[in-house]
Amino acid sequence: MDQILLQILNGLDKGSAYALIALGLTLIFGTLGVVNFAHGALFMIGAFCAVTLQRILNISTVTTDPTKTDFLGNPATIKTPVVETWFGPEMGASIIDWSVPLAILFAIPIMAAVGFIMERGLIKHFYKRPHADQILVTFGLAIVLQEVIKAFYGANPIPTPAPEAFRGSFDFGTYLGYEANAIIYPYWRMVYFAFSAVIIAAVFAFLQFTTFGMVVRAGMADRETVGLLGINIDKRFTIMFAIAACVAGLAGVMYAPINSPNYHMGMDFLVLSFVVVVVGGMGSLPGAVLAGFMLGILEAFASMNQVKAIFPGIDQIIIYLVAIIIILTRPRGLMGRRGVMEE
Amino acid sequence: MLKLNKRDTMLFVIVTAMVFLAPFLLNPFPQGSSMAQMFNAGYPDLMQRFVIFGILVIGFNILFGLTGYLSFGHAAFLGIGSYSAVWMFKLLSMNIIPALILSMIVAGIFSLVIGYVSLRRSGIYFSILTLAFAQMSYNLAYSVLGNPSSNYNLTNGETGLQLALNDPRVLDGAAAANGALPVTKLFGLAMRDSYNLNVGGWLFTFNVGYYVAGILMLISFYISIRIFRSPFGMMLRAVKSNQQRMNYTGLNTKPYTLAAFVISGMYAGLAGGLLSSMDPLAGAERMHWTASGEIVIMAILGGVGTLIGPIVGAGFNEYFKNILSKINDGVLHQWLSFLPDGLENFIVGILHYFVGKGWHLTLGLLFMMVIIFLPGGLVEGGQRLAKMFKRKKTDDGSDSNNTPAE
Repeated sequence: MDQILLQILNGLDKGSAYALIALGLTLIFGTLGVVNFAHGALFMIGAFCAVTLQRILNISTVTTDPTKTDFLGNPATIKTPVVETWFGPEMGASIIDWSVPLAILFAIPIMAAVGFIMERGLIKHFYKRPHADQILVTFGLAIVLQEVIKAFYGANPIPTPAPEAFRGSFDFGTYLGYEANAIIYPYWRMVYFAFSAVIIAAVFAFLQFTTFGMVVRAGMADRETVGLLGINIDKRFTIMFAIAACVAGLAGVMYAPINSPNYHMGMDFLVLSFVVVVVGGMGSLPGAVLAGFMLGILEAFASMNQVKAIFPGIDQIIIYLVAIIIILTRPRGLMGRRGVMEE
Repeated sequence: MLKLNKRDTMLFVIVTAMVFLAPFLLNPFPQGSSMAQMFNAGYPDLMQRFVIFGILVIGFNILFGLTGYLSFGHAAFLGIGSYSAVWMFKLLSMNIIPALILSMIVAGIFSLVIGYVSLRRSGIYFSILTLAFAQMSYNLAYSVLGNPSSNYNLTNGETGLQLALNDPRVLDGAAAANGALPVTKLFGLAMRDSYNLNVGGWLFTFNVGYYVAGILMLISFYISIRIFRSPFGMMLRAVKSNQQRMNYTGLNTKPYTLAAFVISGMYAGLAGGLLSSMDPLAGAERMHWTASGEIVIMAILGGVGTLIGPIVGAGFNEYFKNILSKINDGVLHQWLSFLPDGLENFIVGILHYFVGKGWHLTLGLLFMMVIIFLPGGLVEGGQRLAKMFKRKKTDDGSDSNNTPAE
């Protein structure tokens, strides 16, 4: 039983990342009808926003301290981050410590701008082209974005630690009557799960309870009619694209402490999140979220040693197997609407 | 000739001539000059890659160009072909013929299974299904099947599958007596053997492996022309233009698309086998989905649905990859030395990101440009240029050869 609980917990954080990326992908597909292969790149850019903010906060003034020497006999250099001189040492140190959560504020305008430019500059011209062209051009864009990041940040993963307060692990088991250390779970992953739940709830609330969201939903159902009613649906869809980029970017920001950002993390996540979208049903937002968590948990279960002993390698392929079965037996996915992308 | 019409015969003869004369054509600069270092491509390794990727993309084009099914998992067949060939070298003989035959058969079987399942859906679902299968193959090759301590070590994981001295090699017997690894060969001709011809300052290299691969590419090209012109090819084009209508007329399109899928899978297997024949080392990274993406890029760059497009695309991609990765800051400074210093440094600083290690960026941008502005690829670009020059002539109906099948 404790094993099962542990795997469910393990699946939640990866599932949260899948769910957030898939949610953005589905938003874009549902509104614009575009299959966006560059969505993984947006996730990666988000993660690198966290890296960038960390670097900005660590910009330091270098002073030498003549009273001390290092082991070579030179005067010791002391680096004082600029934030520490501005806000005082304690405040400054905690700002640096909290750089990843602060990067959320930093990433939102950047991701919105990236999304806006991407939609207006490139994707707008591909609405009328076949899906294959959309896949290809966004795939090319993903390569370009990935290479740009690689040129500026190098090819190695960059460790981006979580705040000190969240670095430990939470002993989950003791609360449920298990002995100590039976079920432990890193705090940051709990934060990630809570964060993604908040984002998902916010996106749904935005679509469900605001006028803007209502118009967007109407546009998803029948774009032409909404246009005929005199509403500038294109503008709203562009904003939705920017929001989807933000969702992917924030997923990336918060994922940075779990997995040190590297330039190809987007490509690694992209295929899986596509699979998630397909399993959930193209164009279905609840489906994307459900499938994201479901596949994350399934993957965690498949990587248990007991399961691997029976089916070697199952943890590597379980998601794809599920996707293949779903596509073949129920092409509209778990929660897809009848008639949408069903062929 | 060869049951081809006049235009196709011309095209085939030109391609044949180019393949055979490639060592001359690709070495326009004398040996040792600075231009030669940069632009000469007439060395065996690169020429082999030209023709092998040519085969791969010709095969991909039979599927994507004719039927319009975009497969994002073709690299899996390339990898499977490579592994099969290396296994043949390890177990049976260093002769490449059994290796190539096995790699085609194994890739064919895999593509039959994968195609049978994937072709039940079309459009984006087909792409994702092939992607899923390819990623499954990649993950398995990397983990379980590649774990040296497990019982199913077929791929040798990260290290890659390679030859060893104690391999059985049933037919070759005690060939490895001198303690060196045996080389791949076609009967008596070792793949790595070359004949060097010195003419004046020029050095031309005629490599056995290149010519074997080149001849196989010509055969593949010939088969592809015949497929394009056959009733079977017509049927595939009909599937691309309107599959529903085909179904309404009571025709089952599945066998046709499946046949196209298997044929293109076997082409990829052959290309994989050839890659292993030139260098008997097979790694899982050949099967990664971005490698599949690169196949798609080559096909698109050249021109999808055209006969010559795949060869152009593969050659272009490999050639520019090679050149761009060779240019570094020093070379750029040398080229731009006529500019004032400040401007020179500025331009080099910008170009720095596009050459050398950044060649991926340039190719990615180029690929995007082609998709945005030239959906027919470089072949369409060439046709547009040609049309611009001879606008006076009005007989445009005769270019049936190179029109993209839509």
